[in-house]
Amino acid sequence: MIDTVIIPLIKILIVLNATLVAVTYMVLLERKVIAWAQSRLGPMRVGPYGVLQPIADAIKLMIKEDITPVRADKWVFTAAPIIAMVPALIVYAVIPFGPTVNIFGHPVPLYIADINVGLLYIVSVASVGVYGIILAGWSSNSKYPLLASLRASAQLISYEVAVTLTLVSVILMAGTLSMVGIVNAQYNQHVWYAFAQPVAFVIVLVGGLAETNRAPFDLPEAEQELTGGFHTEYSGMRFALFFLAEYANMIVVSSVVTTLFFGGWLPPFPNAAWARFLYFVPSWIWFFLKSFVFLYIFIWIRATLPRYRYDQLMRLGWKVLIPLAIANLVVTGIVKVLML
Amino acid sequence: MAQAIAFYTLAALILGFAIMVVTTRNTVHSVLFLVMNFLFVAALYVLLGAQFLAVIQILVYAGGIVVLYLFVVMLVNLKRPPEAHQDPHRMTRLGFGMAAAVLLELVVIAAYGATAPSARPPVAVTAAIPVSGNTEQVGWLLYTNYLIPFEIASMLLLVAMIGAIVLAKREL
Repeated sequence: MIDTVIIPLIKILIVLNATLVAVTYMVLLERKVIAWAQSRLGPMRVGPYGVLQPIADAIKLMIKEDITPVRADKWVFTAAPIIAMVPALIVYAVIPFGPTVNIFGHPVPLYIADINVGLLYIVSVASVGVYGIILAGWSSNSKYPLLASLRASAQLISYEVAVTLTLVSVILMAGTLSMVGIVNAQYNQHVWYAFAQPVAFVIVLVGGLAETNRAPFDLPEAEQELTGGFHTEYSGMRFALFFLAEYANMIVVSSVVTTLFFGGWLPPFPNAAWARFLYFVPSWIWFFLKSFVFLYIFIWIRATLPRYRYDQLMRLGWKVLIPLAIANLVVTGIVKVLML
Repeated sequence: MAQAIAFYTLAALILGFAIMVVTTRNTVHSVLFLVMNFLFVAALYVLLGAQFLAVIQILVYAGGIVVLYLFVVMLVNLKRPPEAHQDPHRMTRLGFGMAAAVLLELVVIAAYGATAPSARPPVAVTAAIPVSGNTEQVGWLLYTNYLIPFEIASMLLLVAMIGAIVLAKREL
């Protein structure tokens, strides 16, 4: 009873709440970092150095009027933000924050579930998330959201192919689809896959940027061309759901990159005897530190790079990343066969 | 018992959504009900212990193919009234013809299954597989027992892809 119901429920509660808090503070972090990059201060008014800004934002969004356009498809318009948010949250079910640890003498795994198709589960749930964007654009019955949602879905589908093909080469290395298994394989093979699979790492990072609609691939939300993108007609909390889903997806991408390429919860040099002292830091702190680095890189890229043009984006996806992913897969397969 | 309840609930939902797909007048809503249908079919696979199939069902059908359906439905103007045909009952007749064909097929399968259950030896698959884990077993079977059907299916997909490109690009 305690192992099958209560502990998983507590873990789900913690992960969901921690994710939502992390997401709101990601917004603050992004505003701060971009402000620093542009020699500004960023939010400073609410609380010391603006640390209470996310709470003020949340209250503002919740008490705002919730408008549904007259000509909109009411049911789909209401469902779209939910469809965007739910996949972003349920992905956390298979992300391992740490190995099994003892809490009050009770073995507790620091992940909600370790299913043997973990990586495929993440890919498939992410592929369902695109419906939120398409339906938001279509149901608004307005031309800019429709254009944005077409852009977004074309972009997502193109980059999904490259990312999924690349993940296959990681699976080939690890010999398992389970997220916990992939981390253990990195421990057993004495290498973080970022060094064994550098090409795969770059493709997944670029594809991750594109799939979360982040700069320089933020064409679906290009304010200058599309007045805000697929969520133009949304207001109040429904708009906030899209906003939160984007940041939740960013955290998902950073966590997945950390797990697949940077050893997940493992400290640096996990096998070296001289680096044993690094194990004194709890495993989940290593995981969060590594993920945080990627979140920071996401923001940094947004502050640095200009937006791609649409044809450049499509050319990069189909003519560079997908052939590269296939070549990487073939090379990985050959090396794997020769090594055995 | 719990499994039976889960199965019949899922089956009822799948059939319900399937009916909604063909009866809804709005085409986009119809496609959305199709997605729901596929998701519950995936749940049925999970119930059968076929996690790999369930995830692939979501990835390929719900996340891939239906997105393309949605594209087509959104971009094609379906408000236009259908063109008049000489024979107004053409669709009805076609529908009855296809329903009869499916019924015939079902009857043949049922009759074959009822008359010769012992003629076919039970396929002993689990005993011969040297790997454990759902994904590994599916992979093993695909590349040993079912290698030729698998290769033929991939050739068929390749041909379909080339055909689509040839049709879409008039001058190559």
